[in-house]
Amino acid sequence: MPFSSLSEIQSRLSSGETTAVEVAKLYLDRIASYNDELNAFVHIDPTHVLAQAEASDKYRSEHDARPLEGLPIAVKDIFCTQDGPTQCCSNILKDFHAPYDAEVITKLKEAGAVLVGKTNMDEFAMGSSTETSAFGVCRNPWDTERIPGGSSGGSAAAVAAALTPAALGTDTGGSIRQPASLTGITGLKPTYGRVSRRGIIAFASSLDQAGPMTRTVKDCAMITAAISGHDPRDATSVSDAPVIDWLSACESRDMKGLKIGKPKEYFVDGMDAEVRASVEAALKKCEELGAEIIDISLPNTEYAIAAYYVIAPSEASANLSRYDGVRFGHRCEDPEDLLDMYTRSRDEGFGSEVKRRILTGAFALSSGYYDAYYLKAQQVRTLIQQDFTAAFEQVDVIATPTSPITAFKLGEKTDDPLTMYLSDIFTIAVNLAGLPGLSQPCGFAQNLPVGLQWIGPAWREDTVLSAASAYEAATEWSRRSPAAFGGES
Amino acid sequence: MSWEIVIGLEVHCQLNTDTKAFCGCSTQFGAEPNTQTCPVCLGMPGQLPVLNTVAVDKTILTGLAINAHINLESKFDRKNYFYPDLPKGYQISQFAVPIVEGGYIDIPTKDGGEKRLGVTRIHMEEDAGKSMHEGLDAVSHIDLNRSGVPLMEIVSEPDMRSADEAIAYLKQLHQLIRFLGVSGADMEKGQFRCDANVSVRRPGEPFGTRTEMKNMNSFRFIKQAIEFEVLRQIEIIEDGGEVVQESRLWDSVKCESRSMRSKEEAHDYRYFPEPDLPPLRVSQQEVDAIKAGMPELPGQLRKRFETEFGLSSYDADVLTQTLESAAWYESLVAAHPADPKRCANWMANELLGRLNDAGKELSESPVSAARLAELLNRIGDNTISGKAAKDVFDAMMESADSVDAIIEAKGLKQVSDSGAIDTIILEVMAANPAQVEGYRGGKDKLLGFFVGQVMKASRGKANPGMVNQRLLELLKG
Ligand SMILES: [Zn+2]
Repeated sequence: MPFSSLSEIQSRLSSGETTAVEVAKLYLDRIASYNDELNAFVHIDPTHVLAQAEASDKYRSEHDARPLEGLPIAVKDIFCTQDGPTQCCSNILKDFHAPYDAEVITKLKEAGAVLVGKTNMDEFAMGSSTETSAFGVCRNPWDTERIPGGSSGGSAAAVAAALTPAALGTDTGGSIRQPASLTGITGLKPTYGRVSRRGIIAFASSLDQAGPMTRTVKDCAMITAAISGHDPRDATSVSDAPVIDWLSACESRDMKGLKIGKPKEYFVDGMDAEVRASVEAALKKCEELGAEIIDISLPNTEYAIAAYYVIAPSEASANLSRYDGVRFGHRCEDPEDLLDMYTRSRDEGFGSEVKRRILTGAFALSSGYYDAYYLKAQQVRTLIQQDFTAAFEQVDVIATPTSPITAFKLGEKTDDPLTMYLSDIFTIAVNLAGLPGLSQPCGFAQNLPVGLQWIGPAWREDTVLSAASAYEAATEWSRRSPAAFGGES
Repeated sequence: MSWEIVIGLEVHCQLNTDTKAFCGCSTQFGAEPNTQTCPVCLGMPGQLPVLNTVAVDKTILTGLAINAHINLESKFDRKNYFYPDLPKGYQISQFAVPIVEGGYIDIPTKDGGEKRLGVTRIHMEEDAGKSMHEGLDAVSHIDLNRSGVPLMEIVSEPDMRSADEAIAYLKQLHQLIRFLGVSGADMEKGQFRCDANVSVRRPGEPFGTRTEMKNMNSFRFIKQAIEFEVLRQIEIIEDGGEVVQESRLWDSVKCESRSMRSKEEAHDYRYFPEPDLPPLRVSQQEVDAIKAGMPELPGQLRKRFETEFGLSSYDADVLTQTLESAAWYESLVAAHPADPKRCANWMANELLGRLNDAGKELSESPVSAARLAELLNRIGDNTISGKAAKDVFDAMMESADSVDAIIEAKGLKQVSDSGAIDTIILEVMAANPAQVEGYRGGKDKLLGFFVGQVMKASRGKANPGMVNQRLLELLKG
């Protein structure tokens, strides 16, 4: 039961085999047993979880069940919720209680989901390992000496260890897909503009997108269906986005005739050989299932990281200005004057990675450097978008490794930010282009999960889901779970 | 050798929308601090701006009124700086591509001509909150009711060559904005504020170093501040010094400016495109529709009043100061079409003069246009004399009685009965036989004496035209 998918739990709930309260209790028990070891959750309120589950059971007894009726879903600490604190795993927001729910939280509630708590993350989503969290590192259930990826590492670890059947993450440069890959679960970053960003604490506004982290492709579809849609209070939420039938997309698993692009820039020297072998094998499997693998080129890929690490910190430097000790969040003791209050509050509140990025961003935007950095990065972004547009004239979908390496050891890269930034080398371009991307498990390397990334044209999550479902149905990888946490791997 | 003064102006004008630029909060002035706020204008985490399209339309209207180009696609940028009353740590503004570019405003010159002053751009932005220090000991309080109120920033070319020209430009702009109905432009409420960039140079030389006088909201202070700054700069240069580029504050109590911050501390605003707002697109059709709905502008109205009603340019100017006064005048003429000039005289001299003395707005006038027209009609049909009408008008300002009732009550009805007038004339003639003889002996000028005497005897009520006519006949003998 704990390692069941959302859809399996859903069918047991609708047949009356179990209740939302029983399901909630099961996962609360597992959180109580395992969270100390993993530090996947940073806030949990069992009483409130059970109250929601009771309300859901009552609703089911009186009405038709809603799409996520009684299903437990955890959310990253980046989503504002009226219940409990929202701290973005930063000391500067310690004990901050948002007076509003993020739009996606409202939508989950309306769909009948039971919100289980807040998961650990890199501070303000800045990181690829969940080591920058102000509330301590999160661990990978496959090897607790290793990182779970980041920044949605808490959500990933919680789903991988079945402390919750599903969780929400956000993805700015790979923060859903990379941890999904490193913990052996499935994660979807929808097309930019598909899901409202309102109430999600901003990291880099033009790149951030919320999405599901689950055990199966269908579970991703279920959650995305519930949280997507136009939000008139988010001007970047697209009002005329093509609506897709999320569940049917997963049912149509035929790979026959599917043209899969294999970009040469994503299969490079320096990546882990076993990772590469797993992904190559996955593509071979797709070919057996009737797909056509087409070699393609995305020539500007090599500039993606550089562009990203200009654009994202630039936007972040402005987005994080509001944490100034004036109205909410941390304020230093006894400031001497205004400048002292600003500098000390921010110095005390922000961790070093956040400071590094604020400084990088402020520098890139400063007069005299703007053209050389920010403007150039935006030009690169356009080129990367054009690369994808050209590729999708040849192929239906693109397949790549999600991460060039498997989960690394805690502390292994913390002193070397540049190497750390390379963790997102295969995911970042997708954010720069605003495309949908999905990571699903496709094998193991040194007993650690390897992820396969699917990239689709804008608004074509259906293509991505359909290909990933077909692969999932033909393989066993998504059914693996870490033995140390009661799984059957 | 003489000095040339170079002035450029930046006007911040609050748009009179019901709700703020990027959220649904009310823009009502004067509410309890922080009662008109929401998570968006408080800059709370995760909250996003949504553009108020009414503010866009009003900015476009203003652009059209100054003959500017409207950019069908414009962009929003973030202007980054820290200040306690700036909740997000940045202001959403338009930097790279503003919605309005390249217009002009014509100001009247002393020789009766016009001078054209360029407007570089009008861009949209949000206002910040207000910091309050007064009466507080070592702390400041922040009121964010104003945070997010939509502003237009109207940036001129450095085309003004004197404080008087700067003031003329500001007055034209102020009047225009009120005509367009896009802003209350109440300077005391900070709805129309001005920064002045001032420099001096020897004629023909390149621009000198400029200083920026910040945030002034009275024509008088702006003039004083510019004049003070010009003298300060000339003195520095003539003493062999150099003007420092800086922002300065005008102290209206001490009548002097002081430095706000020097160049070393000058802000780097780190502008970059606002990622939370897509580019602002408007269609040509929308622009055309806004243009079609544009009211008649002061310049056009002034010219029309001169040609259509034969008014002097002075009267036309006075009556077109506000849209309201122009409309008031037009309804007065409609109700007393016989004499538009008389309408203008009465409105400009009597009505506006008295309202001004009483510190009242036209909207508070106790006398409506219809009621004033009734009075003017009574002059026209000779019921009362123009002189008596002024007494009636005084009474109308105090009471709501009808014009006729007041005339009746005051006994001011003009005597137009030829029998009654003849009687008075004959009495006057009888009382002044020497003058009658003098007149008959050829002293024509004595006619004025008789008119005066007859009017006096009738206590001003005799119809002067008839008096004249009958005197000429009766004096002949
Ligand atoms: Zn508001």
